[in-house]
Amino acid sequence: MTAKIAYDEVEVGTELPAQSFPVTRATLVRYAGASGDFNPIHWNEKFAKEVGLPDVIAHGMFTMAEAIRVVTDWTGDPGAVVEYGCRFTRPVVVPNDDQGALIEVSGKVAAKLDDHTVRVDLTATSAGQKVLGMSRAVVRLA
Amino acid sequence: MALDQSFVGRTYPPTAPYEVGREKIREFAEAVGETNPVYTDPEAAKEFGHPDVIAPPTFVFSITFRAAGQVVQDPQLGLDYSRVVHGDQKFAYARPVRAGDRLTVTSTIEAVKTLAGNDILDIRGEVHDESGELVVTAWTKLVARAAEEA
Repeated sequence: MTAKIAYDEVEVGTELPAQSFPVTRATLVRYAGASGDFNPIHWNEKFAKEVGLPDVIAHGMFTMAEAIRVVTDWTGDPGAVVEYGCRFTRPVVVPNDDQGALIEVSGKVAAKLDDHTVRVDLTATSAGQKVLGMSRAVVRLA
Repeated sequence: MALDQSFVGRTYPPTAPYEVGREKIREFAEAVGETNPVYTDPEAAKEFGHPDVIAPPTFVFSITFRAAGQVVQDPQLGLDYSRVVHGDQKFAYARPVRAGDRLTVTSTIEAVKTLAGNDILDIRGEVHDESGELVVTAWTKLVARAAEEA
């Protein structure tokens, strides 16, 4: 397992390149198929509203999958991720238009740990609101 | 109705093996917009020291969540699944999941709580490969929202 980034080259506070991930209804249908999560709150507007949601929402696990890309694109090798966790604080609402929603993710090295690993804290927002809480990854660097 | 505390520590039998296929990994990677060739090209994966293509970090959730269904749908536990939302998710990776893995999941109830009328269930899923090696541990927190007052 080889990361492109060297442990000695990063410091606490080092920022990872931020990224934005668009999500439309088509994205959600595709993710539902690939993940096997066919809960209708992710594709059926009528159903979503009946259970009290403002509209169709993205799968929390979809948002989680996008957020870690900030880390894996930085390290090069996704196999270098040792731990990854988050709290689903707020749903990403996906309107039925060509624009959909945008998930914006930034990351920062929060701690340097043993064995060439660092903890990265991620911030994920959509429509100006935080959608993941306590989103943290531990990743092994070169 | 508070959930039964005696379920804490209960471990369910291992699931039947799930065989991880290259094309399933490709489909998942495409669905989340991933373009890293380690997910689709065995040669690229080998350059990073992996024996075959690996899966994106959150891929394994499909497998552990299906396994957690044993717990969630246990009629003795009595969780109202129609009110369940995903609260937290965490993974600890011993190694990445890769094509060719035959994975079994053993689910254990770590905690059962009732807070402000919400039932909260913490499930730990341990994912082992065919040789018995631990690959990933997944912690899933499910929250069954309190039913509205009539």
